[in-house]
Amino acid sequence: MTMLRCSRTSSALRRLGVMLLVLVAVPALAQEAPDALVKRVAQEALSIIKSDPKVQAGDQAHIRDLIEAKIAPHFDMDRMTALAAGRAYRQATPEQKKRLADEFKSLLIRTYSNALNQYRDQTLQYEPLRADPNATEVTVRTQVIRPGQTPVSIDYSMEKTPSGWKAYDVIVGGVSLVTNYRDEFTQQVREGGIDGLIKALAAKNAGTAAK
Amino acid sequence: MLLRAATLCACASLVSACAMGPTREDPFEPVNRASYKVHQVIDGRVIKPIAQAYVDYTPKPVQLAVTNFFGNIDDMFSVVNDMLQGKGDKAGNDLGRVITNTGFGVLGLIDIAGSAGIPKGNEDFGQTFGFWGIPQGPYLFIPVFGPTTVRDGSGTLIRAYASPVNFIDDTPTRYILWSLNLVDLRASALQTENLLNQAALDPYTFIRRSYLQRRQYLVYDGKPPPTKEDEE
Repeated sequence: MTMLRCSRTSSALRRLGVMLLVLVAVPALAQEAPDALVKRVAQEALSIIKSDPKVQAGDQAHIRDLIEAKIAPHFDMDRMTALAAGRAYRQATPEQKKRLADEFKSLLIRTYSNALNQYRDQTLQYEPLRADPNATEVTVRTQVIRPGQTPVSIDYSMEKTPSGWKAYDVIVGGVSLVTNYRDEFTQQVREGGIDGLIKALAAKNAGTAAK
Repeated sequence: MLLRAATLCACASLVSACAMGPTREDPFEPVNRASYKVHQVIDGRVIKPIAQAYVDYTPKPVQLAVTNFFGNIDDMFSVVNDMLQGKGDKAGNDLGRVITNTGFGVLGLIDIAGSAGIPKGNEDFGQTFGFWGIPQGPYLFIPVFGPTTVRDGSGTLIRAYASPVNFIDDTPTRYILWSLNLVDLRASALQTENLLNQAALDPYTFIRRSYLQRRQYLVYDGKPPPTKEDEE
């Protein structure tokens, strides 16, 4: 009887121990919340913009490297490309898909580095995330506050992946980047097929790089 | 007089747009593209250099005062359109801005209400028409004025006709104010334009999609109905 109670107590204790361990370990293992991630990355980027002398001197190549390292990993480029290219993407070969995603990524990085440079004196405001804790797709909302003007919203459509939350669209003032590119891509594919689109993107990237 | 005729004309086309039913957004694309080219020439040679010089050589506080002055007029129209859409809270908010800024901010030159944390609304006639369920009608690209639709353009004409600037008797003053308004608007788009040139494969398409998305978003006050995503 005593033996039994003893073993029961010890198993209860063990269970408690496991529970405690889980309680302590889970927050550490859990993924960073999407809104916290957006805030952290944006603030990191802003602090670099404000303090890095090379960025302030307008060294575009350096800015692009920083974005490639700090910001690009938080985007799901394959999904963005698939969304923007639509049907053409589904019919493309794996090699075409990869080249398309690569060129699209370069274009977005260039554009984003330009945008960051322009908004560096603005204040960013982060809205609290209202989403089901089990959601796998959320929209993180932020706002750029400009004196004397209506604030501009910047929303990030995000998805949960095994390697953390990733953005697959950015919506600035109601204008979705992916939707905008969908029109552009459709037009290029209509004119020159998927290879025509890849070529147009590559030319655009080469052209803006030369500037 | 000219403006009145134009307004009538736009209202007539607004009615015909309603009757047209569902159609592609840009049925006049070839004409619009031609006008876009004309616009680029006029803009590149005249308007943009003026706007750039204005940004470079006018003291920043003056530029801000100009933006605030025209912003205050926008706010007056926000109040009207808030009311036309039955949005009482927003109307009160925007009316508060107009009274504060006109009365205490030297005819709107200083955005006192903004500093006090009263956010700026931005309703216009095009949004009101959209709120009432009037479709946007064909997309139009007008040289100098830029992208619009039949619905939004009609709104812009009504607004231009009813603007306080239009009630100034002194003709030169009126023209100076209209020009200043245009330069202020153009100056505010200089940065966006850089981004556009960086981002777009075909700026015409990019502007069209951005404009239409933005207007849809504004008509629905930031909560547009979801569009079907074309995913795998």
